[in-house]
Order: sequence, then C-alpha cells, then structure tokens
Amino acid sequence: MFSKVAINNRGEVAVRIILACQELGIKTVLMHSDVDINSKAYRLADETYCIGPAPTNESYLNQQAVIEACKKTKSEAVHPGFGFLSENANFSQLCEENKIKFIGPSAKAMRLFGDKASAKKVARELKVPTLLSFEGELGQLEAEAKKIGFPLMIKATAGGGGRGLKIVKNEKEFAETLESAQREAKSSFGSGSVFLEKYVGTAKHIEVQIFGDGKGSAVHLYTRDCSVQRRHQKVIEEAGEVYISNTLKEKLYADAIRLAEHCNYEGAGTVEFLVEGDEYYFLEMNTRLQVEHPVTEEVLNVDLVKAQITTASTQVMPWTQSQLSVSGHAIEARIYAEDCYNNGMPATGKIGFCKWPEGPGRRFEVGFEEGDEITANYDSMIAKVIVKAESRKQALQKLKVVLEQTIVFGLPTNIPLVSEIIKKPEFISGDMKTTFFAAHFSEGLENPELTQEQVDLVGQLKFKVGEISQSNITTASPWSSKVWGQS
Amino acid sequence: MAILQTNIQSNTPEFKTNAKNMKTLIDEFNQKSVEAAKGGGEASVAKHKARKKLTARERIQQLIDPGTEFLEFSKLAANGLYDGRAPGAGIVTGVGVIHGQECMVIANDATVKGGAYYPLTAKKHLRALEMANENHLPCICLVDSGGAFLPMQDEVFPDKNHFGRIFYMQARMSAAGIPQIAVVMGSCTAGGAYVPAMSDENVIVEKTGTIFLGGPPLVKAATGEEVSAQDLGGAKVHSSVSGLTDHYVTSDEEALVKARDIVFNFNRKKQDVLKMQKPEDPLYSAEDLLGVVPTEAKHPYDIREVIARIVDGSRFHEFKKNYGETLVTGFSHIYGYPVGIVANNGVLFSESALKGAHFIELCNQRNIPLLFLQNISGFMVGQKYESEGIAKHGAKMVMAVSNARVPKFTVVVGGSFGAGNYGMCGRAYQPRQLWMWPNAKISVMGGEQAANVLLTVKMAQLEKKGEAMTEAQQKEFKQPILDKYEKESSAYYSTARLWDDGIIDPRDTRKVIALGISASLNAPWPDKANGVFRM
Repeated sequence: MFSKVAINNRGEVAVRIILACQELGIKTVLMHSDVDINSKAYRLADETYCIGPAPTNESYLNQQAVIEACKKTKSEAVHPGFGFLSENANFSQLCEENKIKFIGPSAKAMRLFGDKASAKKVARELKVPTLLSFEGELGQLEAEAKKIGFPLMIKATAGGGGRGLKIVKNEKEFAETLESAQREAKSSFGSGSVFLEKYVGTAKHIEVQIFGDGKGSAVHLYTRDCSVQRRHQKVIEEAGEVYISNTLKEKLYADAIRLAEHCNYEGAGTVEFLVEGDEYYFLEMNTRLQVEHPVTEEVLNVDLVKAQITTASTQVMPWTQSQLSVSGHAIEARIYAEDCYNNGMPATGKIGFCKWPEGPGRRFEVGFEEGDEITANYDSMIAKVIVKAESRKQALQKLKVVLEQTIVFGLPTNIPLVSEIIKKPEFISGDMKTTFFAAHFSEGLENPELTQEQVDLVGQLKFKVGEISQSNITTASPWSSKVWGQS
Repeated sequence: MAILQTNIQSNTPEFKTNAKNMKTLIDEFNQKSVEAAKGGGEASVAKHKARKKLTARERIQQLIDPGTEFLEFSKLAANGLYDGRAPGAGIVTGVGVIHGQECMVIANDATVKGGAYYPLTAKKHLRALEMANENHLPCICLVDSGGAFLPMQDEVFPDKNHFGRIFYMQARMSAAGIPQIAVVMGSCTAGGAYVPAMSDENVIVEKTGTIFLGGPPLVKAATGEEVSAQDLGGAKVHSSVSGLTDHYVTSDEEALVKARDIVFNFNRKKQDVLKMQKPEDPLYSAEDLLGVVPTEAKHPYDIREVIARIVDGSRFHEFKKNYGETLVTGFSHIYGYPVGIVANNGVLFSESALKGAHFIELCNQRNIPLLFLQNISGFMVGQKYESEGIAKHGAKMVMAVSNARVPKFTVVVGGSFGAGNYGMCGRAYQPRQLWMWPNAKISVMGGEQAANVLLTVKMAQLEKKGEAMTEAQQKEFKQPILDKYEKESSAYYSTARLWDDGIIDPRDTRKVIALGISASLNAPWPDKANGVFRM
C-alpha cells in the first residue's frame, strides 16, 4: 500500500479522498492553488503544497508543477479527483515516466476513451450502439452535419460534464456555433478539436459504473439515472430504482463491461448511455471517478475511492460481481453557490454560516465551511447532499426534509431550485428525461414573495456575516432570546 | 436554601377571574404598545422607507447582536398627550447587546414629526442618558431629528433638564469614559447637530444624513445665502471637509455595521463583583402570576407567591420572617445573579420599616443588588404609631434606601401610595430601573382616602359656619376627586409621563430584572457611606 498520496484537486472531492486515505492509513498531500487555502481540504490534509496561482492552467492543470510537487513531497501516487487532470492521458503518462502512480486508468486506456471520437470508434467495433456522428477534417464538418441531420451537437473532443458542448438547431446556426465551440474547447481543454453527434431530445441519461483491475477484468456497479441536467450539467443523480426495463439494464451492463475489459481498464469509470424507449446509445466513457459516485456507494454499500486507491496499489479487484447487489435508493443533489432567481448566475463570497442536518441515511460531502470563500476562479459547487432510503419514494421525502433543514448563509444557493425540481410530478414519477429541466425551469425560478419579517431578517444577517464573531452572548447570558419563553 | 411553597390553586373561580382580568389588562397594554410602535403612521413610514431609510426599530434590530433581547424603555411615553401626535414620544430607547457589550441605544423616530423633540422626547432621551451614566453603558445614538419642537420651545429649551442637558450629559459621560457614539441617519439640525458633534466617534450616511446648526431656510433668512442641504452639511462635506464626522457610509445597513465595528473596538470589560449561581427556572410557572394578583387591589395576598414565580428554583432565604411581617425580605437569585428582595405584604409599621432598613443595609454590605416589589398603601397612621415614632423609623428605611450604593430595581406590582413609595425605592430614590405592572396604581394616596381627607377638611370648614352636607352632597363632592385620582393613578398616566421606565407583562418580570442587573454590572459601585440614622 502507498504510504503517501498526493491529491491534485479541491473542494468536496479533495476532502472525500483525504478521508479515504486517512482510513487506509495513508498520509495525504493536498496540491492546491494559492487561493485555495480557505477550504476544508486544506485543513484536513497532512501536508499541503501550493502548485501555483488561481488560474487553473497555472495550477491544477499545470502538469509539470504537479509532478514536481509529488517528487518534492515524496508522494508515491497522485489522485486526480474529477475534472482538471483526471482524464488527461498525457498526465497519466507523465506520472508513469516519473514513477508516480496515477490513480486511475493507464494512459493507453485513457487515450482510447478520453477522446470521445475514438471512444465511439471502439464502441462501434465492440457492437455497442452509438449515435450517428462524425469526426474529421474541419472542411468536411458542414457537409457531414447535413448528413447527420439537425438538431445535432458539436462536442469538444476533450470535453465532458456538459462543458464544450453545443447544440445546433438548424443549418443556419452551424457555422457560428462551430466557431464558438472550437474557441471554447481551446480555452477550456487546450485543444480546439471537436466532433459532431446526433442530438436525441427526449431520452433518459443512464450511466453504468464500472470498475476494472487493470489486467483485463471488470465488474459493473449498476446504473445511475442523471436525467435532470441543466445545460448538460447534472443537477440530481440517483441510483437504486431505475425506470428502464430489466432486459435493457442487462444489455447496458454487458456493453459497459465489454468496453472496460477491452482496454484493461483500471479503477473506477463510467459508461454513459442515452436511453430512448428500448433504444440506447453509447455516449461516452468517463475514465475517472464521477461527481455522483456517492449514490452508487450508498446503494451498493461500497467505497469507490478506497477501492480506487487499493486497486491502484495492488491491482486486485476489490469485489466479485456476485458480491455486488443493490439495496434501496439513493439521491444526490449538488449544492451550488448561485442565484436561482437569476438564471443560476454563479455566486461568489464567503460562507457565513452553514448547517447540514445530520441524520440516518443523510450524507453530506462538504468542501467548504463557515468563513470559507467561494471564488469566481472555479466551479461554484459547495457541497453534495446525498440521501439513502429503502425506496425512491422515501428517499425523495428524506431529501425534501433535508433541504428544508439545510442552512447556508452568506451566499445564495440552488437549494430552492432543487426543492422545486423534486416537487414536479414528472420527477416524482421517475420518468423524467434530459429535457425535463429545460421544459420546467428554462425561465429559472420566480422571485418568491418575502414577508416583511423575512426581509428584515435577511437585512439583519447580510451585514453581520463576516464580522468577527466575538459576541459572548451565549445561551448562558440573560440577553440570549433563547433562554426566555414567549409570554 | 428553602423553597417557597405555594398555596395557590389555579382551578379556583377566583384565580380564573384574576387571570382573566390581568390578561385583559395585558392585552390592552400590548395593543397600545403595538399602536405606539407604528410611529407616525403608515403614510409617514412609507415616505420614510421610500428614502431608503430603515425605521428606528429596524435600525435597532440590525444594530444589536442577532438572537438577543432588546430591553426597551417607556414604549408608551407621551401616550394620550400632545393629542396623540407623538407616539412613544418619537424616540426609541433601550439597552441592547452589540458584540456582547451592553449599550444604551437611543433612536429618533423620524416618522413622528420628523423626530422633533417634544418635552417628553427630551425627558425620555435624558432618562436614557441617566441610565447610561448610572450603569456606565456606552451610548449609541441613531440620530434622525429636526431638533426641538418649536411650538413648545418653552418646555423643551430653557430649563435644566431640557434639550441642552443632553450635550452636558454627553460631555460628562465622555469624561467618565463612557463611550458616546452617534450615527447620523437623517437630519441633525440646530441643537441636534451637537449630538454627533459631542460624540467620541460618529458615522454619517450619504444622501440622508445632514448636520448643520442652521438649515437652508434659516441660512437664507439670516444671510441671504442659498445652499442645498447636502452642500451645507451632507456626508461628503463633513467627512472630507469639516471633519465633523469620522465614517462615511452609503446606507443605513452599512452605518449600523460600522457602528457595530466601533463598539467592537471599545476595549471594555464588565466588572465581576457578583458570585453567580447556575441560572435555574422558578419551580412555579410565571403564567400563574396572572391569577395570583387579586383583581380588587385592596384584597390582600401573599407576596411570596409572586417571589416564588420570579426567583431561581423558587428558593428564598427569608430574613426576619416573624418580625415586621408586613414587609417580606430575603435573599434569592434571579437568572444566577444574587438579589435581595424587599416586598410589601401589607401596610408598613415601625417594625417593618426597621426590618427593611436592616435588610437594605445587609445587601449594601454584601454587594447584593436590591429588588423592591411595591404594593404599598403607605405607612400606618394613628396616635399609637406616631407616638412610637413611625416617622423616624420610616426615615431609617428611607435613609438606607437613599444611600444604598448597590443597583436597585423597583417593580410596582400593585399600589404605590404615599411615603410607602419612598421607603420602597420610588422614582425619586434612583432605582436603576422602575417598572409597572399593567394593574399598578401610583398616587400620593388612594383616591378614596384623598376624597375623604378633603371631605373632612371641607366639612370642618362648613361646621365652623354652622352648615352641614347631606349624604348626596358629600357624594357629589367626592366624585370628581375620585375620578381625578382614578385617572391620574393609572399605570398609563404614569408611564406616559415617564414616572417609570415602562409597563411590563408580569410574566416578563424575571427577565427584565435579570437584564437590568446584567447591565448594571458595567459600572463600578461607589464606596459605602451612610448618613445619620435617627435612632
């Protein structure tokens, strides 16, 4: 087993990895940008190492800096988390060359799947259904687009998680959209390469979690439903009860395992499908841990992060397929700092106070605590709320209560939005499609009518957030309103 | 320590009637308070808010620590006076906690005649300053006032305890190390300009805050100069040219945060003179207080039933229980603070007065705050009592009360009549705070006694002339006196004129006293000294 692991990430996933390492008796080194010192991960890590300034290409994406930091801190392995360098084959190779174990698949496997177009090619070879698509010479794109038909998507070859993805509704928009897609791809992923793909409107987004030992065998860890997406970014993810037929499920599992085994996949990965009726299409394979991995962990009673680390160290599969069975239902809601009354505009600022209502079947993956700052430099996710119960119905009820009881002051969050989502009959039925969000929330949420009392309270709190909390008014003081009953 | 036993049964018809009547009185009080808190009325508040100004009470809420009490004084000041045009006398005062520091907060209510100072506005402001001075509470003045109410200038301006006294007090308190802070959130005109000017540190809000000795109309009349209010004395002028203000802010909200920051940097610590106990609720519910007090004020009841519902664990170490039984004295704790209680249980006799004087001396000796529960018809009268020297015995109690250097708190739970008021630490005896229950009555003597005294005098005069009065004539003579006393002795009449610091719900007594004691610990206590006790 490793004795020290570096973590090149931030936020809640860095915390998640640190905790897993702690339980495995492994020391941790947090690689961080200079602004990320006010975070939970920074406080938890055994060692911290600043790899550069705030801009991601100078820190979390700076491969040389990360490698150097690993060497300086004598880290034997590096966990990339998700995003950043987690799906970068060059980085995986660089690690190999520097004798640092990259926790994740080999560069080779990643090259095969990290690139969406080549992933598709492999899928076709393996007889996994795919969407009509084209990748090739820039000059041919427009002609090929007509062949595929509109609407279609332009995707960054190196993109993912809804980033670098654009929908073209008709021929007229094509040229302009292509240009902006390329520009965005270049700035976000370092490569302007894009490909075309048919756009399927009313499908479910179902993905299969897989896990490989790196020596040619893989298991599946069942499915997740991530159909609630805003601009192709997942908002709510579920595991457990999935509203597709059993035959279809079996097909998805089999295809996912075939893909993983084909490339000697190591560690955790996800094969994403679009499911439309009884038809399904391979979308892509994410060669990393997913944001939504906790829902799978909850219903299968496994620890994917620990499994990643032990497998990276020993190349031994942690479970056999027969050991893995689903029980109950889990739902995850991502909590973002954003103004859901203003089209989800990301919010920045300090978290003044927060309270996560602990309880059975409630899990909070939290990256930031009171006094920490959410900056414009990175994604605005503060935390993930995961609930687990015996059935989907009960899990939904639990999520509703948890969201009501959750308190975050200092920043607006998307909690009101999530609360509205889970109230929609279509969502409650479990039959929501990827179009669900746009159909119901394209206008965002309407500003709620506040009572005067609420307005006063907000005004009162707004300015007090960030004050030095020096008040010795505790419940032991007669001035505390808590000690006197109402007369 | 002995636990007080209760003899009250809450299911008797009498208890239920008492509770119902007290509840009616409390409801009336609450309703009046809510009315008064509306300030100058809806239209006026809307106009005020349209200028992005918070109301006085909103300002206070934002100023004090979240989740803490605000001990407001004299909510019903000027109630029924000035044709009802000055609810709360147009000013809100009270003690609140800012960064853990108890402060006296004084906020003009500009929705009431632009925050102008009526005679009672000045009195309420000065009373707040007096309390701040006695308790060494930093003063935070949220200024939004056009100055003296000109039509009543003769009752606001010239006398010792008129408007000018505010600045004298500010100067004296500043000298005594009691911080004086002003937050200019509206006009500070004429005399009002001296509130920020006399403060140690101040804040001004842009656009709404102005300070000048003479406003634009006065300037024009005096010198012919035409100038806008902002150019004459706005935030920019005073923050960057005149230097009259120290902090320039852009909104009420920001001003209040700035004021909090100012308090944070006071570097003050409370004195630690009391041996505290762990706070404990009384054994008996405060709710019972409503039914304990008889509707008919003359009906006697055991004041220990009240004490048992106010003090920690209903524990009471009674002093001299079998001597001078019409006065109950003893030691307790209220919210962990040690307290000596002096409570009436009937008319005062010589023994009761001697016992009271002794007990007050004890508390003074031991640094224990005093709580007076007043329900007193007066000292006993008659030849027997005069000849045994009740006047000089009463004087001993008055001497002890006057010179007690420990903080004193008075709650009028029933009647407060005659010299009993003096011995029991009435307004003139400088209790740190004096509160009235809604059923309380206060006057030199009861209406009935007064009417009878006057009737006796009148009949004696008539007798000299050889005339007499019929029963009916006597009744007719007495009625206006009874009416006058009835009206003038009510708690509302008292509280409107600031003879007290406010009316409270009996159930809040424990809280109010605890807060009062807590605030009083900001001031050092003077050395012990006594006058001559006439033996």
